[in-house]
Amino acid sequence: MDVDRPVAPAGPATAAPTSPRPRRSPGRATAVRLALAALPLAFFAVFFAYPVGAIVARGLHQGGRWRPGVVGDVLGDPSIRHVLWFTCWQAAASTALTLAVALPGAYVFARLDFPGKHLLRAVVTVPFVLPTVVAGSAFLALLGRGGFTDSLLGFRLDTSVWAILIAHVFFNYAVVVRTVGGLWAQLDPRQEEAARMLGAGRFAAWRRVTLPALGPAVAAAALMVFLFTFTSFGVIQILGGPTRSTLEVEIYRQTAELLDLPTAAVLTLLQLAAVAAILGVHAWTVRRREATLRLVDAARTAHRPRGAERVLLAGVLAVVALLILLPLGVLVARSFDGPNGYGLDFYRALASTDGSGDGGTFLVSPLETVWNSLRYAAVATVIALAVGALAATALVRRAGRLMRGFDALLMLPLGTSAVTVGFGFLITLDKPPLDLRDSWLLVPLAQALVGVPFVVRVVLPVLRAVDDRLREAAAVLGASPLRVWREVELPLVARAMGIAAGFAFAVSLGEFGATVFIARPDSPTLPVAVARLLGRAGEMNYGQAMALSTILMAVCAASLLVLETAWRRRGDGRRITDATGEF
Amino acid sequence: MNSTIRRRALGALVLATACATALSACGGSSSGKKGGSAASGGKTVTVVSHDSFAASKSVLAEFTKETGYTVKVLRGGDAGAAVNQAILTKDHPRGDVFFGVDNTLLSRALDNGLFDPYTAKGLDQVPADVQLDAARHRATPIDSGDVCVNYDRAYFAAHKLAPPQTFADLVKPQYKNLLVTENVATSSPGLAFMLGSVATYGDSGWQAYWKQLKANGVEVVDGWEQAYNDRFSGSSAGKKAKGDRPLVVSYASSPPAEVVGVTPAPAESPVGVATGTCFRQIEFAGLLHGAKNPAGGKAFIDFMLSKAFQQDMPLQMYVDPVVKGAAEPEEFVKYGAKVEHPTTLPPTEIAAKRDDWVKAWTSTVL
Repeated sequence: MDVDRPVAPAGPATAAPTSPRPRRSPGRATAVRLALAALPLAFFAVFFAYPVGAIVARGLHQGGRWRPGVVGDVLGDPSIRHVLWFTCWQAAASTALTLAVALPGAYVFARLDFPGKHLLRAVVTVPFVLPTVVAGSAFLALLGRGGFTDSLLGFRLDTSVWAILIAHVFFNYAVVVRTVGGLWAQLDPRQEEAARMLGAGRFAAWRRVTLPALGPAVAAAALMVFLFTFTSFGVIQILGGPTRSTLEVEIYRQTAELLDLPTAAVLTLLQLAAVAAILGVHAWTVRRREATLRLVDAARTAHRPRGAERVLLAGVLAVVALLILLPLGVLVARSFDGPNGYGLDFYRALASTDGSGDGGTFLVSPLETVWNSLRYAAVATVIALAVGALAATALVRRAGRLMRGFDALLMLPLGTSAVTVGFGFLITLDKPPLDLRDSWLLVPLAQALVGVPFVVRVVLPVLRAVDDRLREAAAVLGASPLRVWREVELPLVARAMGIAAGFAFAVSLGEFGATVFIARPDSPTLPVAVARLLGRAGEMNYGQAMALSTILMAVCAASLLVLETAWRRRGDGRRITDATGEF
Repeated sequence: MNSTIRRRALGALVLATACATALSACGGSSSGKKGGSAASGGKTVTVVSHDSFAASKSVLAEFTKETGYTVKVLRGGDAGAAVNQAILTKDHPRGDVFFGVDNTLLSRALDNGLFDPYTAKGLDQVPADVQLDAARHRATPIDSGDVCVNYDRAYFAAHKLAPPQTFADLVKPQYKNLLVTENVATSSPGLAFMLGSVATYGDSGWQAYWKQLKANGVEVVDGWEQAYNDRFSGSSAGKKAKGDRPLVVSYASSPPAEVVGVTPAPAESPVGVATGTCFRQIEFAGLLHGAKNPAGGKAFIDFMLSKAFQQDMPLQMYVDPVVKGAAEPEEFVKYGAKVEHPTTLPPTEIAAKRDDWVKAWTSTVL
């Protein structure tokens, strides 16, 4: 009875509702859009704008009156200007380097078939969830004294800014591969083929046809990498040494260590202003680039590598091996390198803290932390998907300034300090009706704040690429707006939603900053438990931290594989090509 | 037909997600309910602390048996962050007792009116020199610990070099390029070590001392984790990370911590303590102003001074008991160092000059 394909002219015609609905008027469309935007707006107002606004206000409103003078004092400090400059340029450089290294990877993962591809794609996402303390330590082992580059090539990078940049590539490789690759896999290769048939060279065809089509996705990936590196904390602390500092590090120091709220407030405003400027640039570059694209089933575009593609594949695999697998391997190796040689000593020690014995309250059994992490991540993913999908739908049609502002608002949490959000939660969500301070929900809510931007950025380019005529045709044929969404848009964005869900899940699994500041009844997540172990001296503590990190990696890779397999299976066989092709 | 199957698959996925969410919601709401009973001031004592707080379950169970109160622990970041959170939320405190404010932060907590006075039972068994709020009893001393330079025994044995023992030793040429310490602006042992130098050389002399240390090749990293786990050659983690510094600013309890759980037990710890470089940290507990369950909070502070809790602390938090006659565990006796004369500074002076000292240190050393 139900239609097979998302949209086929014959389908909706036979399945047309008995009473055709009236066509939507422009006014109604706006109303629908605003209604869609209402939930995400409320979410951000309550869980972002209110807490962050309150902590900033607490800083600038001291002794019963506003003190705008502090802004001048802080901005006049040359060391703060230095911090701002370093924050910006290292983020820009990291973003450029990440794009350069990861774009070939995006192509390989999107378009080429090779054995172990799905597993590898899950593995390259693992760095994304690793606590930076742990990954930073692995990088020191590779780039530092006596490390890989030192002993083999004779140079060390641990004291140079390159260590920071390379570590940022390590963490954000998956952002580019997933965001850009997601769209790339669905681009119809026949367009590039047509250009080549018409006489364009391989590169010219790519530059003129594929690159413009990928533009929005590349811009989205660049934006996210920039925001992530802009707010970089652990990497800078470990690899940058005490003389290099980002705004994020300064905000942490002023808030969590010194309780200098006025300075922290000014720095937070500075951070928000910088992020807003970046968002403005992003919106400006993207605005005229996004166009309706011919989207096809991803399974159809991938092929076995031919000719030069083999070299490309080999190159990308080599980069992945050196940059991602090697550091991860160091950590895994350390987790087995016990007091009595290689073995399972640390895992046994972890397993012995089963909660029933008298291990104390410090350690929680690893199973329990895995369960905490998965449970928080599941809830955060559901929240992020719901809020993000609604927001993306509301934003599909480029509208006036108001909507663009809404789009930017959704991205702000990515560029905001976790300390600001965490402390903001504490002072705002503490009275009825929103007394959530001790509630477990606070953790997934904070994590979803970071997940939503991913959902929006991944889903929106795909959603905007959907040919409007598809929607109109469905509407003409009598489908209700809800039905248009379900039958036209949902199937096309299902893949993007899967990718977005993977991101939201990974973000939540790895989130540390806000989670650690939200005091909660004892239910630490994996990264929090790792940090606790690392904070203590002792061979067993350090080894267990490595073992728990290895478990975190495995949990991340396994859940992404499961999530994506489920999504891929569901998408299989959808003949989207035909649907688009017929219009 | 094909489509129905797919639809079912979609349905199943949605259902699975919904179930996962619902399950989590259930798991969470039970802990939410516990929170609710705490709010009503019933049989729960809520302890707000930092990430390092730990106690044996059997010891906490003993408290419940004695008093009928169950203990709920809220942890929020490191010691500094936890104190600051408590200050920010002082109008709506999240619990009844705060544990974990040390002498470097005590004045900040007291000046902000975080605690109500309470004279704990058993305070008479606590030496007067750690009772830093003896006049008003707002903060009760619970444990102490020393931040000291640690050394890699193997390195000094191999180089036939006597390890340094005092602040003055550290600037001697034979120890050039051996010490790694932490940024005082971001690390609590780093700050304590600097305060130790201030206590030793005075407000006018400590910067000159750091100039000498710098000339002698002291290295500064951001946090204790990097210093001890990555750079220090004496810790097992540092050995694996090819750490290159045989001297590190860490704790007097690091030597026993290094070998706890290692089988077979070694004859001595690979790490030694330079006992003349120590700064004493004392941790306090206080009854939070506006606590919902003040009676329970008082009972827990009393309990923290009991032998049971005091003797449990060393292996749980790697700190020393403050109560006279509390026995130290075997590991501490066998592997620990005896610090006779640690340096110290009055909390009021730390509070007044801390920011200036940190700024001066940053411009001198970094």
